[in-house]
Amino acid sequence: MSVEPSLYHTLIMERFGEAIEDLGAAHGIHAFAVPPEKIVEFCRFLKEHPALEFNFLSDICGVDHYPEMPRFEAVYHLYSLPNKWRVRIKCRLGDPPQLPSVTGVWRTANWHEREAWDMYGIRFEGHPDLRRIYMWEGFEGFPQRKDFPLRGYKDELNPFGAEGPPPTQPDLATRDIPGGRSTPER
Amino acid sequence: MTEVTELSRPEDEALNTKEVLLNLGPQHPSTHGVLRLVLELDGEYVKRVDPHIGYLHRGTEKLAESFTYTQIFPLTDRLDYLCPPSNNLAFALAVEKLLGIQAPIRAQYIRVMMAELARISGHLLITGALPMDLGAMTALLYVMREREMIMDLLEMITGARMHTSFCRVGGVREDLPDEFLPKIREFCDIFPNRIRDYERLLDNNRVFLKRTQGIGVISAEDAIDLGLSGPNLRASGVDWDIRRDEPYEIYDRLNFNVITRDEGDCYARWQCRVEEMRESIRIIEQCLDQMPQGPFQIDMPTIAFPVDKDRVHCSMEALIQHFDLSAYGFKVPKGEVYSAIEAPKGELGFYIISDGSPKPFRMKVRAPSFVNLQGIFGVTNARYLADMIAVLGSLDPVMAEVDK
Repeated sequence: MSVEPSLYHTLIMERFGEAIEDLGAAHGIHAFAVPPEKIVEFCRFLKEHPALEFNFLSDICGVDHYPEMPRFEAVYHLYSLPNKWRVRIKCRLGDPPQLPSVTGVWRTANWHEREAWDMYGIRFEGHPDLRRIYMWEGFEGFPQRKDFPLRGYKDELNPFGAEGPPPTQPDLATRDIPGGRSTPER
Repeated sequence: MTEVTELSRPEDEALNTKEVLLNLGPQHPSTHGVLRLVLELDGEYVKRVDPHIGYLHRGTEKLAESFTYTQIFPLTDRLDYLCPPSNNLAFALAVEKLLGIQAPIRAQYIRVMMAELARISGHLLITGALPMDLGAMTALLYVMREREMIMDLLEMITGARMHTSFCRVGGVREDLPDEFLPKIREFCDIFPNRIRDYERLLDNNRVFLKRTQGIGVISAEDAIDLGLSGPNLRASGVDWDIRRDEPYEIYDRLNFNVITRDEGDCYARWQCRVEEMRESIRIIEQCLDQMPQGPFQIDMPTIAFPVDKDRVHCSMEALIQHFDLSAYGFKVPKGEVYSAIEAPKGELGFYIISDGSPKPFRMKVRAPSFVNLQGIFGVTNARYLADMIAVLGSLDPVMAEVDK
């Protein structure tokens, strides 16, 4: 994978400087650590700058670094179709994890962010429709967190699950999410 | 809700109709698996579409965190089950990057050839399934005949027809059998004629053309914005193929065209796939011509299983090596990697974070079908419920990959 850090690296560092951290290139992709409040501005800059044009959002991925602190992380993989560059953006988050949504920059972020919410409980502020995507509505807990047992919790549907009640998660119900919408009755 | 397409009714329609909420799926033959579309209908017109996915969620990513790297291969088989060799390849490449190794050249050729066979197999299904969704059954029966040939070829190499699990970190499991080469040459000779047959069958089929041409158009901007990749993106006129633009394995030694179409409608997406099968045949033929003799597995006892399986029964070292790798796996250096390949459905990426243990700390699958399914929000000119079926068929999502 092609990487031209000399070309875009200076542009990015000139614009953001102190606010972000350069993590260097690993296995062909350059990475930047960006604070949550800067993420939309940073993404928009990468997408709209005429010399960078990172117009393709490959992936948004949640990570749980339990028991490390700060515990959560959102990782963005961007691709520039004209320049054929890739870049990785990492955003470390506390508990409860929360950061602004980039659905306004790329529409494809919609489902990626819903997945990260569903699996890790990362809350994307300003997401138009932050519902669970894989698990059903009313499911408790966030299954891909490191402290969620692989077998799930024991209940009437899952006799082989781990003992103990699922951890109570505040604001779990979809209706509490600003802008969220529960499935219409049918 | 912004993620739904608002589709307007034609103005001359003044009937008094009532809006209906319709569940299409999860058990419906034209949804290609367990996809449920909640449709808000105004008569025959689709006003909103809200896909509900997750019926096939198996927690692949969570499971992978408790498996060793070799054990994950069967999990990747089950992502896009129409083309397991490409999924295996994508995962193997990601782990190899973390380890800083490369498979021997012969293994790379074998992998690429199998990935292209898988691409044909995946594209064949949609070549027949899209017309079938629209009422033309015949094509599906013909493509199944050719798919059977590919299944037989894969069975000859791997012993399995669907879930091949043939890649290993640092190579492939076995060398090609002797009887394989004449068989695949035969297939390469026959298949281009068969593609012509499908085209003859469908290119003049007026019903098929009416139902797909100009239907479900996705513009290039929308396609990029929605993250489409693979044939779905190229059918909208975006010339991007990872095989050419970020060559992995031996793709830089091969000569092939990237197929694009400008229309962006259902027919263009179907055509792109049919054309790509021709290119895949060219790639396979080149692989056969260029493939050198040599090892099919990297010579690193800490990573690769003993090549000669009989030695395991009589050599203590080989037994320990085999046992060690089976029971504990191999350690992968700390770090993170994102590696993407051009799978039949689009960009298949694996993001792996390793903490230095034999199991990945986090494995994220960037599944192309998952993202491509969002293309349903970008279509224009798909007013009728029946058009939704054509759009869904032409986007070609495999639900096992969508749901992971």
